[in-house]
Parts: sequence; structure tokens; C-alpha cells
Amino acid sequence: MTLAPFVILLLAALVGYAINLRAARAIRYGGSRLHSLQGFHGLFSLLLVIVPVLTLILVWLAVEGGIINRILLSSLPDGVLDGLGSGAIQLIGAEIRSIAGGRVFGTPEDWKLEAAERLITYREISSWLLVGVVGAVSLGLIYFARSRVAAEFRARQRVETITLGLMVFCAVVAIFTTIGIIAALTFETIKFFQLVPITEFLFGTNWEPQIPIREDQIAAEGAFGAVPVFLGTIVIATVALFIAVPIGLLTAIYLNEFAPGRLRKIVKPVLEILAGVPTVVYGFFAILVVAPALRQFGESLGLDVASNTALAAGGVMGIMLIPFISSFADDALSAVPRSLRDGALALGATRGEMMLNVLFPAAIPGIVGGVLLAVSRAIGETMIVVMAAGLIAKMTINPLDSVTAVTVQIVTLLIGDTAFDNPKTLAAFALGMMLFIATLVINVFALRIVRKYREIYD
Amino acid sequence: MNDMRLTERNMTDHKIKMQARGVDVFYGHDQAIKNVDVDIEDNTVTAFIGPSGCGKSTFLRCLNRMNDTIDVCRVTGDIRLDDEDIYDPQVDPVQLRAKVGMVFQKPNPFPKSIYDNVAYGPKIHGLATNKAELDEIVEKSLRRAAIWDEAKDRLDQPGTGLSGGQQQRLCIARAVATNPEVLLMDEPCSALDPIATAQVEELIDELRERFSVVIVTHSMQQAARVSQKTAFFHLGELVEYGETSQIFTNPQDTRTESYITGRIG
Ligand SMILES: Nc1ncnc2c1ncn2[C@@H]1O[C@H](COP(=O)(O)OP(=O)(O)O)[C@@H](O)[C@H]1O
Ligand SMILES: [Mg+2]
Repeated sequence: MTLAPFVILLLAALVGYAINLRAARAIRYGGSRLHSLQGFHGLFSLLLVIVPVLTLILVWLAVEGGIINRILLSSLPDGVLDGLGSGAIQLIGAEIRSIAGGRVFGTPEDWKLEAAERLITYREISSWLLVGVVGAVSLGLIYFARSRVAAEFRARQRVETITLGLMVFCAVVAIFTTIGIIAALTFETIKFFQLVPITEFLFGTNWEPQIPIREDQIAAEGAFGAVPVFLGTIVIATVALFIAVPIGLLTAIYLNEFAPGRLRKIVKPVLEILAGVPTVVYGFFAILVVAPALRQFGESLGLDVASNTALAAGGVMGIMLIPFISSFADDALSAVPRSLRDGALALGATRGEMMLNVLFPAAIPGIVGGVLLAVSRAIGETMIVVMAAGLIAKMTINPLDSVTAVTVQIVTLLIGDTAFDNPKTLAAFALGMMLFIATLVINVFALRIVRKYREIYD
Repeated sequence: MNDMRLTERNMTDHKIKMQARGVDVFYGHDQAIKNVDVDIEDNTVTAFIGPSGCGKSTFLRCLNRMNDTIDVCRVTGDIRLDDEDIYDPQVDPVQLRAKVGMVFQKPNPFPKSIYDNVAYGPKIHGLATNKAELDEIVEKSLRRAAIWDEAKDRLDQPGTGLSGGQQQRLCIARAVATNPEVLLMDEPCSALDPIATAQVEELIDELRERFSVVIVTHSMQQAARVSQKTAFFHLGELVEYGETSQIFTNPQDTRTESYITGRIG
């Protein structure tokens, strides 16, 4: 039954299209010159039907439930809701709905059964009403669109305007969603800072986000000094970049200048595949292969290596970032005009000298942009660190020690049943906010560098 | 010095600097140059003219082995510089290019300072042992390229900030700085306005005193103005080669005549 309005809409749109097409064609065969091609007259009708009617259907479906619920509650026998809080009233509504859906638990009161039957009727009425309204509005719009068909009617411009409007709408939706997310994040963060002073969060060195469950529990107050958490992310990201940047750059340089064409044709797609490996797979790789290997190796040297070291997590993250950096650097190197290569070679530079003295410096801004984007990916990366890094926040920069990361803490803070008003949960939003600010700043910076660099050679 | 004796404007008496015999060039399976023989004389400006796509640039790039950098390109035949086969496996193209400099169609200064642009060649070839020597080479080269006066106060500013004509003269200075024996120029004025073109043409005439200059041009007036020898290429063949004055006044081949009178090209 929910499908019916959509089917009607589709049919109406197609009918409108066909009617206008035929009408326009008739005018043309009648000897007049159409301003717009006949297809645009058809499209005009199609869009004119689809856009408003689809909006109508979606809005209807969105508000239907609430309205029916209100009618239902007001139709309940007098007195049954007296003295109940809004939570209890919601519960009754839910019970009636589940009875209407055929899921009856125990033996509900008679008035609930009656209400359930009424609910079913209301819903049916609403569906039929929707079908009727959709049909009527569609017909009206088809008629209107048909009445506009004329030799001089500017159907193409109309279609373009409507399409443009749709595109603007989509863009606006994306932007507003982002703004909404930021707003929610900010809101929760502010709430957190009302409970925990911002200075403690930013400068405190003790991170123990446990909150006593019972009043009398001794498990302390919970400490929210985020410095060790940030430090953990920094250590892991640094390890990752120490691996990814040199290897990625050398790969790019080799592929770009020295690799024979055939090898390049093989390696480039392989790197791109590597970039598409889900991070959870890298996480497995980190715990199952890299971490044990590191541990064994460390023990053979007599070093004390934790089982979930920053080195393992960061190292695997570095491997994940290699294709990212190398493809960025490769693009940057390829964007250096051929004339500069030729200029250097014609002076008697070797390919190595040309790469080192001319191509690489010219490509540096692009490369730096790529590295910065890699940094923001490294600090935002979640799955690998959740799997391979530790949970306990430690004030250490030793990569052989177990450290935690911002994303790991966000995940653990939000796991499990926690109310949204205790500092433990809110701390996750504050951490998320910090992460967001950091990546935003880095990305803006990176994109600006990349763009500036593009301007030089276009 | 040897050079000094050769600066007299006696056109027939110059020694042969580069000699090409039976040169064929292929791009994959397409032959771009067919059996070309040419003698490039010292202290002479030799112009390559011909309709576009006839292979002038391709042949020019054979003379400093820049074609080596194009994967699909294959060069056969014999090209000699001072009687030494430049395609001999013993010859290092890197050293050859220091001796046979090149200036390109579009000015291509490196995104470095003016000073560094000119100093780059001498640096990689170790031509200067200290900063003072390097400074001297840079100044001399910029003077030779007739851009010293414009550039001397802004040596540390990027070469890319100069005007098109200045950039091209900077590129000439850069090429001259490695002390080459032959200077190849591929349509060096085609991206320049008439005034800059006139400056570069004047410069080319001066460069002849020290180098053997080969210039590709699509402008016949330019060939007539700057060159002593002219080679006319057509469809990959060298149709006619001789004194510029003779090519333009009394061409032997009908194709040359049609081209210079504007019927083909
Ligand atoms: N890099 C290349 N790859 C393949 N073919 C080329 C390449 N460069 C030039 N050619 C071909 O060689 C021929 C001669 O080109 P070119 O030497 O540039 O002519 P010109 O400089 O006289 O205009 C043309 O047919 C051109 O298409
Ligand atoms: Mg050319």
C-alpha cells in the first residue's frame, strides 16, 4: 500500500511526458517552429509532476505517523491517561501500535484492542487519502503542463531551471547535514566542558574516564586529562608517516621517472588496489602478523615490547598510507610540465639530477599537500588502531610501548549502555571535536597549498 | 685562439662542426626523417625551415640525443660532432648535451631564481670551483644572452617572473652557461612578441661568433634574416640545403620554390 503512491507518481510522470511530447510534435507537424525541442516539452511535464508530488508524498509519510498518533491518543476513553507522564503515554502508544501490527503480549485491556483496530482504520484512510491526493494533484499538473505547450513556450529554459534547482537542493542538503553534525558535536562538547573544565581536558595528563556506577563505589572520580590520548595519536601517526612518506615518495619517484613503462602499468593499479583494502583487513594484519613479529624480534634483542605497540599500529597504518602518498606524489610529479624535464636534460643533467633539482622542488607543494592529507587520515583512522593499539592512556612517546589513540577512546567511551548526560559519554564528543578541528585545519592548509601550486602551471 | 680566427665573415671557409649521414628517425613504425645528410658549420647560423610536421624538430633533437628521452623514438644513421660519432655506445648523452645546448620553443625557466637558472648547468658539470667563478660564469652568460642589464638587480628573484622575451633570453643564457659548442634552437621566437623576437634574433647573430647555431623556424623572413645556411625539409626529407641567399633567391628544387613563395606549407 505504501508503494501505490509511488507507482501512481511514476505513471503520471510518464503519461505527462508522453502527452506533452505528442502535443509538441503535433505543433511541429502543423508547420510551426518550436522554440524548444519536443523532448524538452515532455521533460517539462515529467519534472513538473515528479518534483512537487514526490515532495508531497515524502512529507505526507513523514508527518502521517505523528498525526495519527495524536488522533489516536485523543480518541482513547476518558481517564485512562490521567496522571501518566509523557514516557508512560509513549509506552501505551507503542503497545497499541504493536497490537495493531499483530504482536500481542499477554492480555491487553479491551480499550487497547479497540484503539488498535481504530489505528488500523486510520492508517487505511490515510493511505487512500494519499493515493487520492497524489492522483488528483498529478492530473492537475499534467493538465497544467499540457496547457503550456505552445510553439513559443520556452520548455528548455524551464527544464534547465528546474534541474538547476534540484542540483542546488542536493548541494544544500549536503552542506546543511555537515553543519548539523558540527552543531550537534559543538553542543555536546559544550555540555562536557560544563562538567569537566576545559583546562583539565586540554592540559591534564591523567586519562581515566571511569565513572562510579553506584554512589558508594570507590572507583574514583574519573579523570579527563586528554594529553596522553593526544600523545598516543601523535606517536602512532608519526610512526605511520615515518614509514609512509619515504616509501611513498620513493615509489612515486621511481614509477614516475625510472620504471620501465610496462612495470609502471602493472604497479600503479596494484597500488590503487592496495588503497582500496578495507582498514579492518589492515587491522587483522597488524594483530596477527606485525605485532607478534615485533614482539618476538624485540624479545630476541632483550627488549620489553608490549603486545599492542604503537609501532605495530603505526607501521601498519603507514603501509595503508603508502599508496595514498605515492599516488599524490606521482600526480604532483606528472603535473610538472614536460618542458622543465626537457630543459634540465638538455643542459646535460642526468635523470637523477633532473629529478632531484628540478622535478622534485617543482612538485614539492603538491607533495606537501598530499602528506598533510595523509596526516589527517592518520589521526582520523579508527579501525586499525581500535584493533591494534592499546586501551590504556599512557604518557609515553616510546613506540614500543602500548599507547591508545583518540579514535580508540571515542569508540570505547561510546560502547555499552551509557546515558548521554554523563561526562564519560560526553568526553567522546569532546575528543571528536578535537579530532574534527585538527583534521579541518590540516585539510584546509593542505588544499590551499595544493591549489596554490596548481595555479603555477595551468 | 682558434675561435678568433674563425670570426671572419667568410661563409664558405668554416670548419664542419656536425655532420649527419643517412639519418632515419622512426616513431614506432612511422618514419619521421628519411635519409638526411647535412653538414653543420662552425660559427654559422643554420636554419631548418619547412612546413610543420615535416620533421625539423625531430631532426634537431637527434643532434643532442634528446630523442633518447622519447620511448618510441629510434634513430639510425651516422651523426658526428667534431668527427666523433655521437651515437657511439661509448658516448655519454649527458656529456654530449653539455656540448650541444638547446633552447626550446616555449621559454622554460626552472622555478628557481634567475641566478640559479643560469648556474644550474655549470654546477652539475662542475665548471666552477668556487662561488666567485660561478658568479663570473653567470654574469658572462647573462651578458652573452643580452639580459644582464635587465636581470642584474634581481638575480635572486624567480626566473618565471620575467616577461616571455626575457625568459627566452634567460633560457639562452642558461644554455650558454655550460659553454656549449653547438646551440640548437627550436622555434625560439614563436612564443614571443615582435620586439622580443627582434632582440632574440639580434642575439642569435652575436652568438654565432662563439658557437655553431642551428635554428628551427617556421618564419622564412626569420631564416633569411639570421641564417647563413638554410635547409629545407619536406615530409621528412631534406629537400635542399645551401647558402641562405641562394635558397631564397634561386632555389633548385620546385618544392623549395613552392614553399618559399607560399604555395605549400
Ligand atoms: N613524440 C612523438 N611521438 C610520435 N610521433 C611524433 C613525436 N614527435 C613528433 N612526431 C611526428 O613526427 C613528425 C615530425 O614532427 P616534428 O619533428 O615535430 O615536425 P616539425 O618540428 O617540423 O613541425 C610528425 O608527423 C609528428 O607527428
Ligand atoms: Mg617543431
